[in-house]
Amino acid sequence: MNYLKFLLLGVGFGIMMAKAEIISWFRIYEMFRFESFHMYGTIGSAVTLGVLFIFLIKKFQITTQEGEPMSIAPKKMSITRYLLGGILFGLGWALAGACPGPMFVLVGYGYLSLLIVISGAVMGTFIYGIFRKRLPH
Amino acid sequence: MDAFLQPWPWYVAGPILAIIMVLLLYFGGYFGVSSNLRAICSMARGDKFSDFFKWDWKSQWWNLLFVVGAIIGGVIAANYLTTSENIVLNPETVTALQELGFENPGSSFLPSEIFGVESVLSLKGILILLISGFLVGFGARYAGGCTSGHAISGLSNLQLPSLIAVIGFFIGGLLMTHIFLPIIF
Repeated sequence: MNYLKFLLLGVGFGIMMAKAEIISWFRIYEMFRFESFHMYGTIGSAVTLGVLFIFLIKKFQITTQEGEPMSIAPKKMSITRYLLGGILFGLGWALAGACPGPMFVLVGYGYLSLLIVISGAVMGTFIYGIFRKRLPH
Repeated sequence: MDAFLQPWPWYVAGPILAIIMVLLLYFGGYFGVSSNLRAICSMARGDKFSDFFKWDWKSQWWNLLFVVGAIIGGVIAANYLTTSENIVLNPETVTALQELGFENPGSSFLPSEIFGVESVLSLKGILILLISGFLVGFGARYAGGCTSGHAISGLSNLQLPSLIAVIGFFIGGLLMTHIFLPIIF
């Protein structure tokens, strides 16, 4: 059961990402041309509800299933790494038309060429690990 | 049932995303898909090359299962829940893509000009796939998260670093869509 709930959440995530066409390259292209509300509505409503949920979790000190405090780990403040890393990520996102989650959903959907994109992403992660100490953060 | 088989609107997708994020937190995890790429590097003995891959990745088993689930979700959606893959795009988007040389934009989830067999078997095509993935993987770790970790989890927690990262995502995306894509195609 401990394993099953994460697997099932992933299944729900995959079905939703496919059914709402978020895994489509065309939807990402359309978003970056500001020609559709679909992606903005999706991210916007997710974040609006997310802010409300996190606020309520903090206010009522809701704990995890295991009784631990429930929170999102804060990130250390910086501008360089988030902006530079973000721009590189965005360049890849708009070219591949997929961020990491959709890449995996697309493989299941039958688009096996995404396996090449995922291997590129693993390589990118690996190269970051090698050069991390020489990069401005 | 028919509405279920039709494309789901944003006001269904967005709330489901928020609920998935909260349930992952409740179960003791978090919503951040790109961490799995780091775990894959560690599994492949990346720790021999960089300390960055020496971490407790085995405690991330739940996240790897989430990704396996996402793949299964894709299989289920493709085989049982989709009647047509046709995507209704803004006519202006279609025109812009046709001008770039894309045929039948929106007739399937992905353009065959990038993801089709012919493209995969050409040097340019395979470089596009590898480089786009590379940028996503490198950028996500440099920025400390991807769309799930920063845009959904981080912004929900009102974190300034995540807002900066999301602004970066958009600068990069706009540059690619408006400047580099017309050069590449």
